[in-house]
Amino acid sequence: MTKLKSKRIKVLPGFGLTLGYSIFYLSIIVLIPLASLFVETANASWDKIWQTISDPRVIASYRVTFLSAFYAAVINVIFGLLLAWVLVRYKFPGKKLIDGIIDLPFALPTAVAGIALTAIYAENGIIGKLFAPLGIKIAYTQIGITIALIFIGLPFVVRTVQPVLQELDREIEEAAVTLGAYRWRTFRSVILPELTPALWTGFALAFARAIGEYGSVVFIAGNMPFKTEIAPLLIMTKLEQFDYAGATTIALVMLLSSFVMLLVINFLQWRSQHQAISE
Amino acid sequence: MAGSTTMNGIVGSSEVRPRHATESLPFRWLWITIALLFVGLILILPLVTVIYEGLKKGVELYLAALIEPDAISALKLTLLVALIAVPLNTLFGVAAAWTITKFQFRGKNILLTLIDLPFAVSPVISGLVYVLLFGARGWFGPFLEANHLQIVYAAPGIILATTFVTFPFVARELIPLMQAQGKQEEEAAASLGARGWHIFWHVTMPNIKWGLLYGIILCNARAIGEFGAVSVVSGHIRGETNTLPLHIEILYNEYQFSAAFAVASLLVALALVTLVAKSLIERRQQRAAARNRMN
Repeated sequence: MTKLKSKRIKVLPGFGLTLGYSIFYLSIIVLIPLASLFVETANASWDKIWQTISDPRVIASYRVTFLSAFYAAVINVIFGLLLAWVLVRYKFPGKKLIDGIIDLPFALPTAVAGIALTAIYAENGIIGKLFAPLGIKIAYTQIGITIALIFIGLPFVVRTVQPVLQELDREIEEAAVTLGAYRWRTFRSVILPELTPALWTGFALAFARAIGEYGSVVFIAGNMPFKTEIAPLLIMTKLEQFDYAGATTIALVMLLSSFVMLLVINFLQWRSQHQAISE
Repeated sequence: MAGSTTMNGIVGSSEVRPRHATESLPFRWLWITIALLFVGLILILPLVTVIYEGLKKGVELYLAALIEPDAISALKLTLLVALIAVPLNTLFGVAAAWTITKFQFRGKNILLTLIDLPFAVSPVISGLVYVLLFGARGWFGPFLEANHLQIVYAAPGIILATTFVTFPFVARELIPLMQAQGKQEEEAAASLGARGWHIFWHVTMPNIKWGLLYGIILCNARAIGEFGAVSVVSGHIRGETNTLPLHIEILYNEYQFSAAFAVASLLVALALVTLVAKSLIERRQQRAAARNRMN
């Protein structure tokens, strides 16, 4: 049987061609350009790299970027779980429409989202107006940045939790109920543990996307150095000043943190698959 | 489908099941209301705002913003970019999916991870790397200058950056689909003597066409809407190197809000078409899957 199988594998044509082309195209479009980032940084002097990394303005931009991305991802996990739950478990009018519109942030160009959110949350905007008398500014503050990142990250959480919730075995839930557990307890100790890997994956995906986001944020951020300046914007600024080494260094730090996130996501997915198999 | 069976299940066994088997009615409606308010605030309000702000100063101004020469040339460049980037990534997506799902080889997981790489890179960095390669002070800068070629701050740079950003879309859609379908059908065709291209076109293609189409649609939506990466490599020259999203930015920064939102409404239309196409394709796939199960 195994012999037959290994013979069969070779039957299908096109292995050399498709693998060769895939690697060729991947190298030209993705790998070589990304390698330039590492080479460029390697060519820069340590002094210059240190000077860039330790610049208070750069540190402030990292803090704004990572903190806003973190807040947005936390909010997305909470509301993403609620949305996935409502869409999987309940029936209500307009449900299909809501399910379809969840993917809007994937389909809507980020610049359009950016100007729309700014119009809504500026001091004379439909929601900004409500908060202005209370002395709360939303647009051009970190709150505005966080709102833009919530918009961008929401579908990542909903779309990772939804399929898991759909597949969830309701017998365990029902067993808990017949044993006398009340709804909240069933949710907390039976359902939530099953959803935890998907929630972490959704969190990581939304967070990773938010760190690099540019288009939807620049309009609403106000871009004040030390306050509302995000790291991707600082890369742009350095480039415009022809400070290639500075731009590259900031970019490399962001890229490395994205790689760490990618590894974490892959590990989480691998672990949840592994658990499914061992069960 | 899943919803209806669970509903029937609840109705059918309501007498035996304790009442706390599901949330009580007020709680259900509380969760639904919160969820709907959140979607309305975060997703629907921005959509409505774009249309409202675009039309606020009248239909005439709205139309004028759309047929203005700079807007037309931005539209043309945007379409040109998508017309090149999307087919390139489609060809790659099909080749990569074929190689990954039909064969066993070492380093497959590395290849899979590398395909996802552009998703993990900030759009600004996606543009930056091409400036490092082809900019005046980049690796190929002197060569390009000597030959009077320009890549960055011109259309080729915009095309390259867009291709980078949209690189994984088709492959990401096809790989899980073809993985699930296996390779028995192709192997049967091959053992009957069918040739490679024939196998792909007549056996594989009918099975993957809707998934492929969906990948192309997503890739296209992102290619047309990309902002950050394109912003880095575009020279921001009006009428020459501006794509639609960059044109919107310029109008907005010049306080021509109505015009900016008018052009933005075009991209909203594109997004809505993408979403409708997505749900139509998903419904077709579900129906096809149901038919297969019946057979």
